[in-house]
Amino acid sequence: MKIAVCIKQVPTREWQPRMNDTRTWIREQDASWELNEPDAYALEEALRLREKHSGEVVVCAAGPARVQQVIREALARGADRAIHVEDDALASADASITSAALAAAMADERFDLVLTGLQSDDQGHAQVGVMLAERLQIPHSTIIMEVQVEPSTGSGQPSTGSGQGGRLRVKRELEGGWFQWIVMPLPALLTIQSGINQLRYATLKGIMAAKKKEIRKVALPGGLAASQQIVALTLPTRSKQTEMIAGAPPAAAKELVRRLREEARAL
Amino acid sequence: MILIIAEQRDGKLNRATLEAIAAAQTLAGDAPIKAAVLGQSVAAVAQDLSTAVSEVLLVEHAALGTYTPDAFTAAVQQIVASAKPDYVLLPHTYQTRDFAPMAAVRMGASLITDVVGINGTGATATFVRPMFQGKLAAEVRPQGDGPRCVTIQIGAFRADAVKRGDAAKVTPASVDIAPSAIRQSPEAPFKEAKQAVDLGQAERIVAVGRGIKSQENVAVAERLAKAMSAEIAASRPICDNGWLPMDRQIGSSGQTVAPKLYVALGISGAIQHLVGMKGARTIVAINKDADAPIFEIADYGIVGDLFEIVPALVSELEKS
Repeated sequence: MKIAVCIKQVPTREWQPRMNDTRTWIREQDASWELNEPDAYALEEALRLREKHSGEVVVCAAGPARVQQVIREALARGADRAIHVEDDALASADASITSAALAAAMADERFDLVLTGLQSDDQGHAQVGVMLAERLQIPHSTIIMEVQVEPSTGSGQPSTGSGQGGRLRVKRELEGGWFQWIVMPLPALLTIQSGINQLRYATLKGIMAAKKKEIRKVALPGGLAASQQIVALTLPTRSKQTEMIAGAPPAAAKELVRRLREEARAL
Repeated sequence: MILIIAEQRDGKLNRATLEAIAAAQTLAGDAPIKAAVLGQSVAAVAQDLSTAVSEVLLVEHAALGTYTPDAFTAAVQQIVASAKPDYVLLPHTYQTRDFAPMAAVRMGASLITDVVGINGTGATATFVRPMFQGKLAAEVRPQGDGPRCVTIQIGAFRADAVKRGDAAKVTPASVDIAPSAIRQSPEAPFKEAKQAVDLGQAERIVAVGRGIKSQENVAVAERLAKAMSAEIAASRPICDNGWLPMDRQIGSSGQTVAPKLYVALGISGAIQHLVGMKGARTIVAINKDADAPIFEIADYGIVGDLFEIVPALVSELEKS
């Protein structure tokens, strides 16, 4: 199987975003970066599928030069090679542009399966995966908790090419604790739910091996129009007047219990 | 004109659709609001909606009886092409997330997801949505000439604020969906295991998030739950790690609760968690990060180390 995994580099969860002077994006120079957590689960799932069905895992990313950090990390965890659509304009691009950039770079590869995380921890549109499927003209399903591949060719055949057919049976998460199995033909795209597997981390050997792996750089195609514009970033408004309780732990605890009993009558 | 894509399951309208109508009434100004109901044998749902909008499009087709993204995309594309709305509003549910981006690409539409606020009305309106895990809010404007699709986050607008009038007409609208265009074959929905605990009935809930750090530490929270006569619950990462069972999960993929008291320990407050608990009457947040979004919805907050504060709370509660 030829599997693509789309990954994004996002600011670390611990970082409190600071805004740029025009308040239309973050101050990137102040951020520290990491692999978008849902994408890490997609990568892990791809590596497991390769172990089971053989083939190749290719990480695909669209972003500025800084994105190499997470591409190298994915290669160190075991991906075989990478495709990087590199352009500074992709740093804050919307889902429409990001998916178009990825589709242009990925179309000729004719992947059997494309995996993405279910959304990114930065802009969080939750759109890129599904848009990419439509642009690649392949079926998709979202928020997937389990992936079963039923190849159509004989078992044990290492596949390096694509277009070999076969089908997927996937467990999709619905709301409120419900699930559903869905069958669809390959090639296909899935957005992977966090927690679907236990993540592996890069070994020293993997980190060394990653240095020799190919990262193919692709230019951003021209003529892509944004579908939305960030007018302003603000700190969120509080919907409630939060009573902040200060003091050393014993004093704060005493005050909180008093208020929960006397004001809120919640205890 | 604003077109709502209603969501129903087994002939029952979901609450999120009414919230989307409330959002549409904010956005509309003087413009009319219509709703499209997609499915099979869903005339009753269309009747339900008819007092909240100026027209209901009843879109019944065998291929829409069981949801698939391919069939819904085909239907929405055809309805939008003939109704020509300025805006298409949808509830931000898992189902919408599954097909709306596909439909947007097909229609050449813009798509703004997860909207929690609307500034202004009509063509010049802007939309507010969380970014960076809710640590920032972005005011966003749609671009391009296509239809403008907007998905409305659960709980951001009030379903009971929907203004109703006389029953509007229900107009059947036909769509053409070729069976060969549907590539997904869904099986019947199921629940993984019987839920051992119905957190929706709990009066008090103590919930833990990533800040609890390890499975052993969950006992710290359990002691507080016991002292408060509360049920223990968690955000998604905790259940993903297996530190608490899945049926203790609060949030969009778990249970939705509205207890008298909700104590969030080491929970940053990602939107997927907040939608499951922000209806709680009193919310307490204890977190080391003063900027954590959970404090935006908390009634009482303590910034500090939960491993110092929670034991202090337990001994305070056990005093009396």
